[in-house]
Amino acid sequence: MHEMSLAEGVLQLIEDAARLQAFAKVRTVWLEIGQLSGVEPEAMAFCFDAVTRGSIAQGARLEIIRLPGTGWCMACARTVPMTEVFGECPLCGGHQMQVTGGTEMRVKELEVT
Amino acid sequence: MCTTCGCGTDEVKLEGGNAGHGHGHEHVHADGTRHSHEHEHSHAAEEGHGHSHAPGLSATRRVQIEQDILSRNNAYAHENRQLLAGQGIFALNLVSGPGSGKTTLLCKTITMLAGLPVAVIEGDQQTSMDAERIRATGAPAVQINTGKGCHLDAHMVGHAMSRLALKDDSLLMIENVGNLVCPAAFDLGEAHKVVILSVTEGEDKPIKYPDMFRAASLMLLNKIDLLPHLDFDVEAALAYARRVNPQIRVIQLSATRGEGMDEWLQFLRDGLASAAAAKQETVTQKLQPFVHALAAGGGMAAVSA
Repeated sequence: MHEMSLAEGVLQLIEDAARLQAFAKVRTVWLEIGQLSGVEPEAMAFCFDAVTRGSIAQGARLEIIRLPGTGWCMACARTVPMTEVFGECPLCGGHQMQVTGGTEMRVKELEVT
Repeated sequence: MCTTCGCGTDEVKLEGGNAGHGHGHEHVHADGTRHSHEHEHSHAAEEGHGHSHAPGLSATRRVQIEQDILSRNNAYAHENRQLLAGQGIFALNLVSGPGSGKTTLLCKTITMLAGLPVAVIEGDQQTSMDAERIRATGAPAVQINTGKGCHLDAHMVGHAMSRLALKDDSLLMIENVGNLVCPAAFDLGEAHKVVILSVTEGEDKPIKYPDMFRAASLMLLNKIDLLPHLDFDVEAALAYARRVNPQIRVIQLSATRGEGMDEWLQFLRDGLASAAAAKQETVTQKLQPFVHALAAGGGMAAVSA
């Protein structure tokens, strides 16, 4: 979706951390992106390269950790895997599902010098 | 090879010389930066050599961040929400694709709520046409032009709120940029996202743009007066919406003809009443220690002491 804004959000978090933790260059950025977050990893990587140009994260390697989608099926009363936010329950085929995991969009860790 | 930037010997320019010499060389880094420097060393053999371009820099280290990418927006949204709660304001974030009839619905709503204080924040990429339409109803409106941006964020909305001089116990309607994708992720501090789908669009919009329908707590199905002229399948649209969001509430209405508007206005009045009640509750809680102290006969001095 709006990967450009998200990439700007990532850079802001990096710059905040750089001020607090006194580092000058970012080598690697690890992001956790849930399968149901609506974020395209390729678009994210493209936008990240664009927004970090001229910043302390220029040229940094972007590692995206995909987290699986999970949901609570109301009919089965249990947690099941989900691949789409409107997915079917793999057990009963129903749609009474509440997403419980996989919507994450987080900056996990940085490798810096 | 350089241990700082990883530049290889193929990028090093040697100007003549033999083993055991001083020389200058130029590097081109991966990021395009070009720099040159002098150094002295001897080549023991043909193997590569290591040196640092930035002596004094420590080796790499790991820094834990563990923060949501949208944390800055969420912090602004939290500020907005607290401000709104403090004034008992019921705020809605209206989202839809372009052309669903958001602005017409807003104008009609303001007129029908006659007397109730309503303020509007209008988001569009360009022009202040929508804000002018709102102002024509008598309600104060601020236009945000996002330029290249595809959604409103909480920071923009905070600024717009301060320009509106919002009244206590009032209604704030935030009309987001016409876009069924991006606004889903951005909390503005509202009580609810309200998604508007018109029957002139496809009934499969909820599953084509599931994030938005999942983020909303209310769906308004607009332009239902046109149903006799269309093939739009209402039941299918509702089923798709519930498939994405089993909790979503639906109101079917026509902003131009007035059908269903009463239910929508009731939703707004209920929201206003609970926002005002929540504010009152907070005030009462804050006053509680003073009330107890007064009841105990200590007077105000006992409280401040």
